[in-house]
Amino acid sequence: MTFEWSVIASNWQFLIYQGLLGFGKFGGGTLRLAIPAIILGFILGTVIGICRLSRRPWIHYPAVIYVEFFRGVPLVMVVFWFWFLIPQITGQRLPEYSVALTAFVVFEAAYLGEIVRAGIQSVSRGQSEAAIATGLSYGQTMLHVILPQAVRNMIPSLVTQFIVLFKDTSLASIIGMMDLTKAAQTVSQREIRPFEMYLFIAVVYWICTYSMSRFSRWLEVRMSPEKAPSKRAALREAARAAAA
Amino acid sequence: MPLTGFLGMQYDFQWNVLWTGGHGEWLLQGIWTTLRLSALSWIIACALGILSGALRTVPLAPLRLLATAYVEFFRNVPLLVWLFFWYFGVPQVLPRAGQNWLNLHGPEFWSAVAGLSVYHGARMSEVIRAGIQSIPKTLLEASVATGLSVGQAYRLIIIPIALRLIVPPATNESLNLLKNSSLAMTIGVAELTFATRQVETYTAKAFEALTAGTLIYLGLCLTIALIMGQVEHRFRIPGLIVRAGGAEH
Repeated sequence: MTFEWSVIASNWQFLIYQGLLGFGKFGGGTLRLAIPAIILGFILGTVIGICRLSRRPWIHYPAVIYVEFFRGVPLVMVVFWFWFLIPQITGQRLPEYSVALTAFVVFEAAYLGEIVRAGIQSVSRGQSEAAIATGLSYGQTMLHVILPQAVRNMIPSLVTQFIVLFKDTSLASIIGMMDLTKAAQTVSQREIRPFEMYLFIAVVYWICTYSMSRFSRWLEVRMSPEKAPSKRAALREAARAAAA
Repeated sequence: MPLTGFLGMQYDFQWNVLWTGGHGEWLLQGIWTTLRLSALSWIIACALGILSGALRTVPLAPLRLLATAYVEFFRNVPLLVWLFFWYFGVPQVLPRAGQNWLNLHGPEFWSAVAGLSVYHGARMSEVIRAGIQSIPKTLLEASVATGLSVGQAYRLIIIPIALRLIVPPATNESLNLLKNSSLAMTIGVAELTFATRQVETYTAKAFEALTAGTLIYLGLCLTIALIMGQVEHRFRIPGLIVRAGGAEH
């Protein structure tokens, strides 16, 4: 068993520029797919989360069915559905990038919707009652009072889900989009060094996701200073640990 | 039955392709492989998850570090990358005897088992750690004070209680494993998604094939959720329940 790490040195530019960032003649790109998918998925997820909380049954139940349906089906299946349905409906073939983006937004919105719902429910009822009492409309209450507080409570699970979405973009390679995974596949077929290649992109993915989770922890503390462990509490904890 | 005008779609539905021409057998074979792959990976993932989840809470820094490194590295990288790694990469560095064994016993299936169980073991570990950490520390101290070693206390007291607390998030995670087993099609395991694609390729009836696959997955998930609901009810500890692990998939 011998390793040849030089394949990484000679191919990393293709993997990073084309695979991760999407600057290259193949289009695609993991980040170029993940960032719009996160933003659009969050917007659709917010709409679904709010619909699920509605008291009107014709708004509430479709949202429930939407969420439960997509949570019971593998993402690969959803990607294949869109791969097949989009040309049927629009009458023309769309590039892999658009198919993947649509599938991810629709699929992840179900999961994000649940997070948004939990976040809205975590804001106390008094807040919305007070806002309505001051004369704000339902929409204004949501936008200016409830959602800003809800988002703060949602950050940990939201970022966890964004990380999941980021990892899921690797599935775009199945329908042939040139993302990091597909780029590694292409290179490893040429170089026949799959072990080194896949380990390398594993590290690249890991760096991205791990920095996302560090950022989330920082943001969480930053946005709710009352939760940050104070220096005095830390000292007390250390003293107790030393005494034990 | 030709159907025109639905969203501008022109499509000739032929549902009978699902059970004629041996396609039904492909789907049944696919379900069987999906269940076999998921069950085997689930058992290994649970073992890995319990071990590493417990190790992350023990009062011994090197063990904690080892378990943390395993969990953080494996769960933060896409499963698809791990599957390619195990299928294409690992055999390259195995000794000759290992390669021969794999080639005799179906490298696709065993690579998928390895990929799924190591990845989901890391995720299961987080669920189990949350369960253990929700148990008051005094329970461990009391167990040790009665004369049990830390290992015995974990094996006999802490882990059995933690497992009863985490049934809901562990169910969620098990369903994720079942759904994620669909990725094994990319390395050529003939599981349910693979069978669905095969029916689609042979009959050019994508709508019917995808509907069948989707409904089977929904049915499997629903059945498991119902069974686990019963398990949760039977093993619950009144007054204690953990809702951790999140809605990830």
